[in-house]
Amino acid sequence: MTAWSWLCRCRRARDWRTTGETRNDKDMNIAVCVKQIPDPADPPGLDEATGNLDRSGKLIMDDSDSYGVEMALQLVEQAGGGEVTLVSMAPRGETSGLRTALAMGAAKAVLVTDEALAGSDALSTAKVLARAVARVNPDLVVMATESTDGYTGTTPVQVAELMGWPSVTFAKKISIQEGKAVVQRQTEAGYDEVECPLPAVVTVTAGVVEPRYPSFKGIMAAKSKPVDQLGVSDLGLLADSVGSQGARQQVASVEDAPVREAGAVVVDEGEAHQDIVRFLEELKVI
Amino acid sequence: MGLDKTLVVVEANGSRVLPASLELLTQARTLAAAVEAVTWGDAAELAAEVGEYGASRIFHVGDVDGGLPGPATAASIAAIVESGASPDAILVPQTYDGRDVAARLSVRLDKPVITNVIGMEGEGDGLRSVHGVFGGTKVVKAAFTGGKPWIFVVKAKSFAAEPSGGAPAEVVTAAHPDLGLTAAAKIIDRHVEESTGPKLDEADVVVAGGRGLGSKEAYGMVEELARLLGGAPGASRAIVDADWVPYSYQVGQTGKTVKPTVYVALGISGATQHLVGMKGAKNIIAVNKDKEAPIFSVADLGIVGDVHQVLPKLIEALKARR
Ligand SMILES: Cc1cc2nc3c(=O)[nH]c(=O)nc-3n(C[C@H](O)[C@H](O)[C@H](O)COP(=O)(O)OP(=O)(O)OC[C@H]3O[C@@H](n4cnc5c(N)ncnc54)[C@H](O)[C@@H]3O)c2cc1C
Ligand SMILES: Nc1ncnc2c1ncn2[C@@H]1O[C@H](COP(=O)(O)O)[C@@H](O)[C@H]1O
Repeated sequence: MTAWSWLCRCRRARDWRTTGETRNDKDMNIAVCVKQIPDPADPPGLDEATGNLDRSGKLIMDDSDSYGVEMALQLVEQAGGGEVTLVSMAPRGETSGLRTALAMGAAKAVLVTDEALAGSDALSTAKVLARAVARVNPDLVVMATESTDGYTGTTPVQVAELMGWPSVTFAKKISIQEGKAVVQRQTEAGYDEVECPLPAVVTVTAGVVEPRYPSFKGIMAAKSKPVDQLGVSDLGLLADSVGSQGARQQVASVEDAPVREAGAVVVDEGEAHQDIVRFLEELKVI
Repeated sequence: MGLDKTLVVVEANGSRVLPASLELLTQARTLAAAVEAVTWGDAAELAAEVGEYGASRIFHVGDVDGGLPGPATAASIAAIVESGASPDAILVPQTYDGRDVAARLSVRLDKPVITNVIGMEGEGDGLRSVHGVFGGTKVVKAAFTGGKPWIFVVKAKSFAAEPSGGAPAEVVTAAHPDLGLTAAAKIIDRHVEESTGPKLDEADVVVAGGRGLGSKEAYGMVEELARLLGGAPGASRAIVDADWVPYSYQVGQTGKTVKPTVYVALGISGATQHLVGMKGAKNIIAVNKDKEAPIFSVADLGIVGDVHQVLPKLIEALKARR
């Protein structure tokens, strides 16, 4: 039996981790994928040779994922039982971003870290995350609609397809009703109410909830929460199906985007609205 | 023209093809000898319009049964690819549903995807795509090194839409296998936030407000100015997150890309993620009380001032002209 089919079988059996605790039917166990990224306030460069992001600096939790962590914590609280497990793929066993989410209240984390993962694209990342998610065996996976640094916005639905699960993207509200997720999904015209059986992948946008600040107690507790570190082979993946080899694309060039010239600047001394009127007249908009 | 065939994912609003898909059909004609389309909408109703934009054939995914279109559309495209009549490239509009289609398709075909595409160039037999990174401050040219078909997810407004005057496309059913649980999400209700006036991404004038307005009530001035100029109101993400206006108003990296004749930015700082959605405007007017605000570096006319002073006077002056 391959490791993958073994994992799939385990998904059905609720207490496969033999933790000793018995899970309640109402428990909501939620996996939240958390990307750890270079601080956007201090952005790194692209590696000239490979065209990959230079990820040698310290990493933080992507702000986009703080909303997913908060949403998951609230759903577990509402269910009255269960826990939040973080799933992350990051280089060099990086845990600093995970500690932030653990301090917010997540129970534990699975971290996949492996040199073979350098240069992974969204599909390779999704393959890794899907297998890590299968280990967690959650009722629901929450991810961000798009990450701050990569912003491909495809990883979450790729995870769903790999798991054979439904997905709902662009959620602005999630509730659990009778074992199903009921999601308000943003649309061009407003929003759709979407009903989705579990397990499923749901992606949230910024602003859906207000992420809590970790308390001092939370920060202390986070230090001793378990972080399970795995490599590519632990997940039964072949090294050449992920990382830069799996990406199957090549960067030909990286250039600065064309910049616009700044025009006239007028300091308002009570009459600047006239400048706007004149400008609009010149453009024949009025 | 390097490619033999390109398949374009066509999204429609009722019986009208969305501009983002018309742009891709137009671009597809310059890349490949043959252009085909696939839709989950009413293919028969769309056949004339996609034909007019150069597609010879439109594949019909069939009824998605109240579900989200991603799983069925991806499975139908995978079936087309596997049938032996595979396109060389698949162009997907970067919309809510488009990204779902591309993501599921990439898994079904085990092929990577390039997203955020804003340009495409033929390169001999290949294709180079252009996409932004770091919030659009840098552009990367990239090419696939693996086998075809190549999947590109393209941002709206990257290309102009121009009809070629072709005959209506032939409608062909694209069957797909059973979708299992993947298609289990169902739409049970739709909420439409009514808006009057032109649509944000089609308007000739866009008047957008940001956190500098100070309150939700003050956004009323933005709407009034938009009305007076026959334009559409827009917003920065800060005030969408603050729930002053619906998400559909958002301009920027995670919102809409707009290219109007005039963009008016009121109390918006000009973060890179905002600029990437509007710096293609022909003319930009900005009002901000901070003379160092980055929005001034892209503005053709910058007013250093308080929106609560400038806007009421501007609205009065425009009303007086009527
Ligand atoms: C992954 C990611 C994606 C994002 N996507 C988007 C996106 O799609 N669109 C987007 O807009 N943002 C986006 N952002 C957020 C972006 O980084 C900024 O936070 C946001 O654009 C700021 O909005 P703002 O300019 O309204 O607010 P602020 O940055 O707070 O600026 C308010 C401005 O108003 C001025 N001001 C204050 N009072 C007055 C007054 N009385 N009169 C005149 N001026 C005044 C201030 O000087 C200031 O410049 C994204 C961020 C991330 C991380
Ligand atoms: N390396 C990663 N580790 C954990 N989660 C990730 C990773 N990459 C992407 N994700 C999740 O997928 C979302 C979308 O990412 P992206 O496809 O890069 O826009 C992110 O916001 C995360 O929730």
